[in-house]
Amino acid sequence: MSARDDVLAAIRAALADRPDAPEVDRAYRTRDPLPPGADVVDLFAERVADYRATVTRCTAPELETAVAAALDGAPRVLVPDGLDLEVPGAVVDADLSATDLDALDAVVTRATLGIAETGTIVLTHGPGEGRRALTLVPDVHVCVVRADQVVPGVVDAVAALDPVRPQTWVSGPSATSDIELDRVEGVHGPRRLHVVLVDG
Amino acid sequence: MGRTFVGMPPFPTAARTALADTRLRHNLAHATGTIRAKRATVVAEVEDWEDLRGQAAAVKDATLARLDEHLLTLEASLTARGATVHWARDAAEACAVVAEVARTHGVDEVVKVKSMATQEIGLNDALAAQGIAAWETDLAELIVQLGDDLPSHILVPAIHRGRAEVRDIFRTRMAAAGRPAPTDLTDDPAELAGAARLHLREKFLRARMAVSGANFAVAETGTLVVVESEGNGRMCLTLPEVLVSVVGLEKVVPTFADLDLFLRLLPRSSTGERMNPYTSTWSGVTPGDGPQEVHVVLLDNGRTRALADPVGRPTLRCIRCSACLNVCPVYERVGGHAYGSVYPGPIGAVLNPMLRGVGTDPVTDSLPYASTLCGACGDVCPVAIDLPGLLVHERIRVVDAHRADPRPKPEALAMRAAAWALGDARRMSLAERASGLAGRAWRGRGMPGGRRALSWLPFPGSRWTGARDLPVPPAESFRAWWRRTGRDEGTGR
Ligand code: SF4
Repeated sequence: MSARDDVLAAIRAALADRPDAPEVDRAYRTRDPLPPGADVVDLFAERVADYRATVTRCTAPELETAVAAALDGAPRVLVPDGLDLEVPGAVVDADLSATDLDALDAVVTRATLGIAETGTIVLTHGPGEGRRALTLVPDVHVCVVRADQVVPGVVDAVAALDPVRPQTWVSGPSATSDIELDRVEGVHGPRRLHVVLVDG
Repeated sequence: MGRTFVGMPPFPTAARTALADTRLRHNLAHATGTIRAKRATVVAEVEDWEDLRGQAAAVKDATLARLDEHLLTLEASLTARGATVHWARDAAEACAVVAEVARTHGVDEVVKVKSMATQEIGLNDALAAQGIAAWETDLAELIVQLGDDLPSHILVPAIHRGRAEVRDIFRTRMAAAGRPAPTDLTDDPAELAGAARLHLREKFLRARMAVSGANFAVAETGTLVVVESEGNGRMCLTLPEVLVSVVGLEKVVPTFADLDLFLRLLPRSSTGERMNPYTSTWSGVTPGDGPQEVHVVLLDNGRTRALADPVGRPTLRCIRCSACLNVCPVYERVGGHAYGSVYPGPIGAVLNPMLRGVGTDPVTDSLPYASTLCGACGDVCPVAIDLPGLLVHERIRVVDAHRADPRPKPEALAMRAAAWALGDARRMSLAERASGLAGRAWRGRGMPGGRRALSWLPFPGSRWTGARDLPVPPAESFRAWWRRTGRDEGTGR
């Protein structure tokens, strides 16, 4: 017998008692995950900042200035295909190798949504967000999130996302607590995360 | 390469050694104390936490009850998304699959995402035997690998190491594995992390193949999920051309929507954060993004053995958050190595005997006794596994497995004597008086709280006190005190 047949047979033998499959009560999906009276967008900004990411809030007309300020003079800035922003020093991704990406200083992208409950941004790596390596290798990630993209909780995010697209959930900059449980920002991913939150 | 747990002494012996190591105990107490406090704060934020635990347990139980069907769905969705699915009965088969993929691509090194499943199957040693270097890329795993050490915690495998030890390991060992540590490296955690970043970046940039595990595998869509902090996982899952993921059978969940429970429960339980820095999901091959050849190895290695025990089956709900380790008073004092397995702490004390079976290996058989049954583990478990109940269940299985032994174990003799004494009121009072006398006569040593302790009992009790201190019996037993103070029924008050 193949390993596959053997494993499946072992599972069926193990379940010879035909256990009941319990019902799952999904009432949790209707509960508000946020503290009473909290504003979704304010809380998102607050909780992103809790991870020691930088948050800038601006209006739509101020966006390009805010992004340029967040880049803080970084000379070579990677931008994904389909990014609808003027970025100083932009280098458009054209199948750059990992080593090429490593030579760039920062990356600017949009996001698919933000989660207030956890201060998380979610990328699904389509136009304006770029393939996964782009937001990983450069040391600074400037991520633009519109206020209307912020959902209250993890439950709302999971419901809205397409499971077949690759996803990256980002909650603050790369971090480790592996040495004496002391949190250190910045191991392998971008050591600086700057979220530009566009109101209205 | 790496040491293994094979040949470890049973828990009581290993625990004796660990307890004598004051630095280890200091590191552990500091680390587990920190993480317990963080977890408690973020769990308190979630008002319906108890309900979430219950529903997560229900999702897992429902999935396990139809495990064959969900795995077949998973296989079909992965295949439809361009992944190759392999099945492995045991560790050797799983390692062989990974080695074969490496050979096909002519690679002699792979980068690895921290994964319990690949540790469990001893993948690094198996690959080394074939001339393939497996580089651990998680900071703590790197510390363990460079230090030629063993992991001692599910989440923070180098929890037993202090910062000065880490600096020494980096200074003396990094050069042999690749880019050396800076010569002026201090023991500042930020600097140590920086050294790891530089050391590993050259490996990420040149690696052609990566090996990962998965925290969850979604049957309906073939989506694999890796939850991490440092970004080393993203590096491995994104940059190489070939990716092999070793996934335990019990990692399957039916739908993507089910993740809305686990992605809330896991980070808060595990690192004590609202969300971990990075979570990656991928479904097979995405053209133009990430590895273009994707393999998934579905691993049994004892899981069907655990599934076959209706009482022990819930052990397979475990999402490896490590909360039960961090609250365990036994773990906090002896650390992970004494458990002789990559799965230490309360979950290890239950899971190892489940996966390996009982009655053959003394190390495994000793594990269910590595607990005070205080119940803290069961209270924190995000998938509501009744760990204290299962510890007792495993003790029963161990005892049953030894019933036919030609020479009963001292525990069995002691328990038999206890059953004899406890089973009859008169014998009980005799035994109490004997132990009370003994209590006055014995010179014990101190226990925490100033209580006197016995560190030695005559054989067969010596086998018990060899690794435990017993409180000295009180000079007067409760029953004697009750009689003396005349509090018999009707006369008391
Ligand atoms: S048994 Fe529960 S608490 Fe322990 S690691 Fe598994 S999920 Fe976490």
